[in-house]
Amino acid sequence: MSSLLELREVTMRFGGVVAVDQLDLRLEVGEILGLIGPNGAGKTTVFNMITGVYRPTSGTISFDGRSMAGRAPHNVTRAGIGRTFQNIRLFPNMSAIENVLVGADARHHQSAFEAIFGLPRHRAEERDGRKVAHQLLDFVGIGQVAEETAKNLPYGDQRRLEIARALATEPKLLLLDEPAAGMNPNEKNELEALIRRIREGGRTVLLIEHDMSVVMQLCDRISVLDFGRKIAEGAPAQVQNDQAVIEAYLGVPADAP
Amino acid sequence: MSALRARLRVPSIIEPIGRWWDRLPSWGRWAVRGLAVVLAVLAPNQAIGEFMAPQSDWATILFYPISIYVLLAVGLNVVVGMAGLLDLGYVAFFAIGGYAMALLGTKMGWNFWEILPVAILLTAGSGLALGTPTLRLRGDYLAIVTLGFGEIVRITAQNTNALGGPRGIAGIPHPPDIGPIHFGVIDPRPYYYLTLVAIVLVIVMVRRIEASRIGRAWVAIREDEDAAEAMGVPTFRYKLLAFVFGAAIGGTAGVMFASKVIAIVPDNYPFLLSVFILCAVVLGGSGNLPGVILGAFVVGYLPERFRFLAEYRVLLFGAALVAMMIFRPEGLLPSRRRRAEMAEGGGGMGRLGAEVVEAGATKVEA
Repeated sequence: MSSLLELREVTMRFGGVVAVDQLDLRLEVGEILGLIGPNGAGKTTVFNMITGVYRPTSGTISFDGRSMAGRAPHNVTRAGIGRTFQNIRLFPNMSAIENVLVGADARHHQSAFEAIFGLPRHRAEERDGRKVAHQLLDFVGIGQVAEETAKNLPYGDQRRLEIARALATEPKLLLLDEPAAGMNPNEKNELEALIRRIREGGRTVLLIEHDMSVVMQLCDRISVLDFGRKIAEGAPAQVQNDQAVIEAYLGVPADAP
Repeated sequence: MSALRARLRVPSIIEPIGRWWDRLPSWGRWAVRGLAVVLAVLAPNQAIGEFMAPQSDWATILFYPISIYVLLAVGLNVVVGMAGLLDLGYVAFFAIGGYAMALLGTKMGWNFWEILPVAILLTAGSGLALGTPTLRLRGDYLAIVTLGFGEIVRITAQNTNALGGPRGIAGIPHPPDIGPIHFGVIDPRPYYYLTLVAIVLVIVMVRRIEASRIGRAWVAIREDEDAAEAMGVPTFRYKLLAFVFGAAIGGTAGVMFASKVIAIVPDNYPFLLSVFILCAVVLGGSGNLPGVILGAFVVGYLPERFRFLAEYRVLLFGAALVAMMIFRPEGLLPSRRRRAEMAEGGGGMGRLGAEVVEAGATKVEA
């Protein structure tokens, strides 16, 4: 049985720098996998490779049984992988609902011709898009600010908007890049609940996160990266006590042998 | 600069108008649009002409440069204002449309209505040919390449005997009569009205595309092209669509112009015209149709109005542009989104600006 997402010996070199080194990663349908590691470990690079922004120097990435090699990012999204960004990349001057509509358009097919002449498919997709967008804004909990300009939204709402926008692309796999960054404990609890609801909706989640409590609470499994290499993998409790992981985060005492 | 602007702060009449427009119900807006069309139809009037252009023939100026500039500006607005692509060679499509009319009219004996769809296809095709290799470039690089294309078209026409060389092509047929309306040499009004019809049709098409997934995608591409790509927007394809659409509109204007003037020469299509149309778009309020129309009107009208200054009128025009950039860089009638973009800094050009992103790289930390 093949996994939903499979990375095999994936390596990413930027000139002399090896950002990701022979990474093996598998993700099963319905899992919440956490990808953790110190800053600069290569986690976002992994995201960028999965979504087609970077082409791996070597190794293979397959999603849903199909190879993702050489696919443009917009085709990766259409294949069913959605993402959010570490430093929130909303469309700042568009309203919240317009942001989500852009995501929803990934599933639409209307052409310019149909738009100009107001043909049925155009009208149906516009109606459907609005409906889905409103539902998603409600789902993530910001339904009431639908018409607000994105850049004017409070930080927590912006993070949730980004998730709504990614969900609008109807992903089978959702990549979340540090969604809890900058959130207060309350917001983090709500975020955890939201991610669980997303999984209950039948989606799979790959999560980069620095907040350990969120990771421990949420993830079924955790993979730990350090200097581009996977140094540990397993259930949260197991990884938490792994010596290599502790050293990667906290370092080794100066007088260690 | 901002100290200067602060001291000379002129109360804006635009914001209240914008707010009034927002509150206007649907029928009200249609009434205003209808009124604008009526005014445009009544414009070639002797009395108005005395006031607006005592030195020139008002009706002639209304056709060219004013209505042609408006059509060109609406077309360039799709490329620059909506999709955010800096095109400095838009005159090329105007030229291709003109030469299509000239060649097919004189050498093949076709009439205006037969030539028009062919010219549109030809310019759209050239937009496709230009855009496909170049739209992977961004910012300054795209600007340089499009500028080059504009010049290539003009210089090719100048150096190719089959295209008339530096003497151009003469004997271009006028459009055939439509009932009692005769398209002759003297009276510019039928051409003006024909262009008006084209402008209205183009505006309707542009508005409809704006309110569709393509229009949204263009805004998204302008705001953050990489994020748009990540959200499933086929950015290259849509940029190409904007380019081709804008090109077709430019070609239409080219056909209209050539059909009146009987003869065209390569010097009818200088780089300066690309600049003028770009000015019209940016000064009017990039992306906003009423603004762009107003901008085109101003850019077309002012140099004619100041004809009595002979060469100095271009100097005055330049000074006016500089003043605009200091006191109202967002344009005469900026859309609200445009004003927000300007407030961000960076000249409000979004992806148009000098920033160039390496292919494949993003700003995200590893």
